[in-house]
Amino acid sequence: MTPDFLFQAVVYLLAAVIAVPIAKRLGLGSVLGYLLAGVVIGPSLLNLVGRVEDVQHFAEFGVVMMLFVVGLELRPSLLWRLRGPILGTGSFQVIATAGAVTGIAILLGQSWPVAVTIGLILAMSSTAIVIQSLAERGVLNTRGGQACFSVLLFQDIAVIPILSVLPWLAHAHGAVPGEGAAHGHESALAHLPNWAQTLITLGAVVAVVIVAHYILRYVFRFVAEAKLRELFTAVALLVVAGVAYLMHLVGLSAALGTFIAGVVLAESEYRHQLEADVEPFKGLLLGLFFIAVGAGLNLGLVAANPGLITMLTLGLIALKFGVLLGIGGLFRMGGGASFLFASALAQGGEFCFVLLGMADQQGLLKSDIAGPLGAAIALSMALTPLLLIVNDRLIQPRFAKMGAPREHDAVESHDHPVILAGFGRFGHIIGRLLQANGFGVTILDNDPDQVETLGRFGLKSFYGDASRADLLEAAGAARAKIFICAVDDEARGLEIVDLVRHEFPHLRILARAVSRSHAYALISRGVMEFRRDTLGSALDLGTDVLKALGYRAHRALRATQVFRCYEEESVRELAKHFTNYEDASYISIARQQLQNFEALLREDLKRQHLGGEDAWDSAGPPKER
Amino acid sequence: MSSPAPGRVLILFAHPALHRSRINLAMMDAVQDLEGVTVRDLYEVYPDFHVEVSTEQELLVEHDVIIWQHPFYWYSAPALLKEWMDVVLEYGFAYGDEGRALHGKRVMSALTTGGPEDAYDRAGYNRFSMRELLAPFDQTAHLCGMKYLDPFILHGVNQFSPEQVTAAAASYRKRIQELLA
Repeated sequence: MTPDFLFQAVVYLLAAVIAVPIAKRLGLGSVLGYLLAGVVIGPSLLNLVGRVEDVQHFAEFGVVMMLFVVGLELRPSLLWRLRGPILGTGSFQVIATAGAVTGIAILLGQSWPVAVTIGLILAMSSTAIVIQSLAERGVLNTRGGQACFSVLLFQDIAVIPILSVLPWLAHAHGAVPGEGAAHGHESALAHLPNWAQTLITLGAVVAVVIVAHYILRYVFRFVAEAKLRELFTAVALLVVAGVAYLMHLVGLSAALGTFIAGVVLAESEYRHQLEADVEPFKGLLLGLFFIAVGAGLNLGLVAANPGLITMLTLGLIALKFGVLLGIGGLFRMGGGASFLFASALAQGGEFCFVLLGMADQQGLLKSDIAGPLGAAIALSMALTPLLLIVNDRLIQPRFAKMGAPREHDAVESHDHPVILAGFGRFGHIIGRLLQANGFGVTILDNDPDQVETLGRFGLKSFYGDASRADLLEAAGAARAKIFICAVDDEARGLEIVDLVRHEFPHLRILARAVSRSHAYALISRGVMEFRRDTLGSALDLGTDVLKALGYRAHRALRATQVFRCYEEESVRELAKHFTNYEDASYISIARQQLQNFEALLREDLKRQHLGGEDAWDSAGPPKER
Repeated sequence: MSSPAPGRVLILFAHPALHRSRINLAMMDAVQDLEGVTVRDLYEVYPDFHVEVSTEQELLVEHDVIIWQHPFYWYSAPALLKEWMDVVLEYGFAYGDEGRALHGKRVMSALTTGGPEDAYDRAGYNRFSMRELLAPFDQTAHLCGMKYLDPFILHGVNQFSPEQVTAAAASYRKRIQELLA
């Protein structure tokens, strides 16, 4: 590890740590914070960073991970339902935007191949910025958010044919390809005939689906059984990196490939754990990516041509905004959703840079065009968070005021009101009871065997460690109402309860107490809704014993009920005195309590009209009223 | 359970399927906020029928007027209210030589019936008048030294329109306010 690497790490991390919280506090969102941090440390201002392009390439892996996580949250059935918007809205957006830009470029005196190239480049938007910004607002699942997502997904797919069209355009332009142009879109399959390339590419996608669907669960299980937390993280990252590499080999978009893998794994019982493991890497790399975009902003070039670049940037945003708004109207999204859709996607994106580089290599764009275009694209990306803030504050309130019905969630949210941690001998009974009554429960268990076994009986649960905040987050804790802690390990149970109380204070906690001292610990944490896991069934069996001893069934039940009342009260009372089982004062209080308890119990049982003898046989006036 | 204010009206409410009730829910809502009224939703407090005798007796002592509010199931009260009577109105507390705890208090039944008013008549299909059918409640109160007030009865509630429900709840509130005065 070289000092230079450490210096770079310190610069990037420090910039993020300072800028992002400030941006968040000012209500600007994290994306803008990262971008500004990048501008500040970039070559134009402090010039603290080395080769920005390298960092950006590395950080693009964050975008790949983001698509994986997005895929994990999207079930295949939901994706299938989105096929209309993806193909319809998506293709329409690319064609309409590219067409409009091409027209303008021709009017400005460009040759048609150059104009088409610029059009195709500017049709792209920034998946990273848009999805992150929409997720932060919690609007990804609304009508407008879904439309954005569909368009971005289509662009991810469209990049591939666009890349292959560029050399052809260069040929039509009569351009002289620059250095390395032959390998512009380097694919390991380049030397094969077209049909073989297509076949292998399709084969790779099918392989990803099959492996993710049928084989990975065994790998996950094998790894999870090693009970090493970091190993599962490693295998999660391996899946993402492996798929990305394979896609790269066959010349497909890595983001698209991992997205597909994510969608397939969305049905897996390891989904929440995968999400929790990948999430922090995704967040950091994505942040790094935004910083790199900010740092890559060539302020020198902007300063040299302020008029041109301002016009290009504003023109780009205005044109895309207008086209998107038109599409929103055409597809009848409704006012609020249309404006969200238009505000979110009215920018250039990371694919623009890839395409710009390619066009440059092909000799399609001269640097006096590519330079200002690149700057305008980067500026439009940086302005997106601001545009979204304008949309939030000034535009959306109008639609709300007009009394338009609130946007409903287009995607059925699979967030359940109840999260159940622990699906063992105790928890699975609760889970089944709730499901039998039609309540949605998200079930977590950290034993892969248990998850697998119960899965075979049709009981769906997720493998995951509920003592991790990120996993609970992934399981929907922020939107749930009730948390059930049913794990059998006392210490882990308390750890989970502490975590939930701290991170998700809105959740009502109901807990399994494994022992008396465990119950005391729960009480000391203010968790009063607990049940000792053996009490109920021991009392049930006790009732049967009383019956076997000759009690009538109802009398036996009453005797048990009275006993239970005293027992529950005694635990809560003794909790006030408990320190440990060796403590003499606790022992004496407990003994005293127990004696009082039995005396009271006997008295109470005696007065019970069905258990005792006094009332009904005594000399009161009418016996059989 | 919160300790009752030094209030005076104790509503012992018994409805085993409150989630399906319209009228009884509206009645409860109409009186819940009145000062001096304690509402006790018995099926909520004792889902397992394990009525706590001492708690219930203390509540009785602290109040002046007792309301038995319930739908009129099979010409009587839902099972839990009967259970409440069986175990709470003990010898030595509610009746008997020593049993004077309830003397001088007043009791009122607050009932809803599905059948129309004219069904509760010699000539109607229920054959008996309401007062005849309520004899066991009347006599229970009497034996405990309490005055059994004219019952508050709503007939034919299944056919009530939303407006009628509101009006009935308001008249129930008025009756309880009169008892508080």
